[in-house]
Amino acid sequence: MYEFEFARPTSVAEAVQALGAEEAQALGGGQTLIPTLKQRLAMPSVLVSLTGIAEMTGITTTGDGAVEIGGATCHADVAKGAAAAYPALAALAGQIGDPAVRNRGTIGGSLANNDPAACYPAAALASGATIVTNVREIAADDYFQGMFTTALDEGEIITSVRFPVPQAANYQKFLQPASRFAMVGVFVAKFAEGVRVAVTGASEEGVFRWSEAEAALASSFSPDAIDGLTVAPDGMIGDIHGTRAYRAHLVGVMTKRAVAAAA
Amino acid sequence: MTKVTMTVNGKPMTGEVEGRTLLVSFLRETLGLTGTHVGCDTSQCGACVVHVDGAAVKACTMLALEAEGAEVATIEGQAEADGTLNAIQAAFQEHHGLQCGFCTPGMVMSAAALLKDNPKPTEQEVRHYLEGNLCRCTGYHNIVKAIMAASGQDVSAIAAE
Repeated sequence: MYEFEFARPTSVAEAVQALGAEEAQALGGGQTLIPTLKQRLAMPSVLVSLTGIAEMTGITTTGDGAVEIGGATCHADVAKGAAAAYPALAALAGQIGDPAVRNRGTIGGSLANNDPAACYPAAALASGATIVTNVREIAADDYFQGMFTTALDEGEIITSVRFPVPQAANYQKFLQPASRFAMVGVFVAKFAEGVRVAVTGASEEGVFRWSEAEAALASSFSPDAIDGLTVAPDGMIGDIHGTRAYRAHLVGVMTKRAVAAAA
Repeated sequence: MTKVTMTVNGKPMTGEVEGRTLLVSFLRETLGLTGTHVGCDTSQCGACVVHVDGAAVKACTMLALEAEGAEVATIEGQAEADGTLNAIQAAFQEHHGLQCGFCTPGMVMSAAALLKDNPKPTEQEVRHYLEGNLCRCTGYHNIVKAIMAASGQDVSAIAAE
């Protein structure tokens, strides 16, 4: 790692101030950023840890029944703490990485990084979540802007994420066994107004909604509704772990499994 | 350099570190607690697992300054002061849960974290929980057996040896 200063503010206001420094970088749980720093792929002047900010941790249920999770809440806490209010989200959190990684990695860190194979982006997009930052609220549909790209501005901090709770939901992850990221992961969420299907791991553009499947599932929420629907291999990720065609195929398979498990 | 203070195995410890100093480097190089191993240094292998405020973490993927004020537990604090092994360590010895021993500190610390949350895990739960701890010698069977035995369960029906 290159040298950097380290700051561990205890309030969002202090963190925003610290992030105002030239080349400052926010640090969530560090489970992606610290390996990146070790490889000298990043050279921040100041690393601003967000894990000491009490107001950014914890899980609450809002007046309208949504689940709000502090940006610095670790995956293990979501896996336990959201199990009653939003079981599919809790189950997703419990499948990220491994137990030790889940004790450090945070929901805000995952969403800010927007790795194309991360799990949380699928949950946020399928749930129609709201990304709450220190300055504004961003709808998930506007937030994800391609691989490792989000609507966040420089120095903007995800203070919490608000998830509407669907009538039924499920996440199915086809594990890439070496990295434990999703080779393909599909989150299906059924609301009174319709069905949302978000796919992670598959596309070169990062997480995306599969609108054909959403339309089919809105008229019939059953695995059979997916029969005959396919995703074009163009634009899918192709690498040593799986070809474009393989990932495109998996999108259909994992969607069916998620619907079967949710229905 | 910045001063960092934490409690390690029940004792208050202080040292001077850089912003980029990893927790595992602080434990091994500053405090001389070399029981916590660095295997892969990429948060895959789990040889560096320690507990921070009761939670298992990979000490190679956490900065020392992030543990400011925390309670840290390492493999050195697992046995009694007179050297008597704790139940997990004794079970690893009894059931031959190690060969070269490099992964063992992390295995024992992960097992301790598992049994704290889940005192009577099934064999499948033990295997699943160890997904972030790699062992290249044993094939895992005797590690799983040792952890099951440490939880006070009958392991006579579990395969291996």
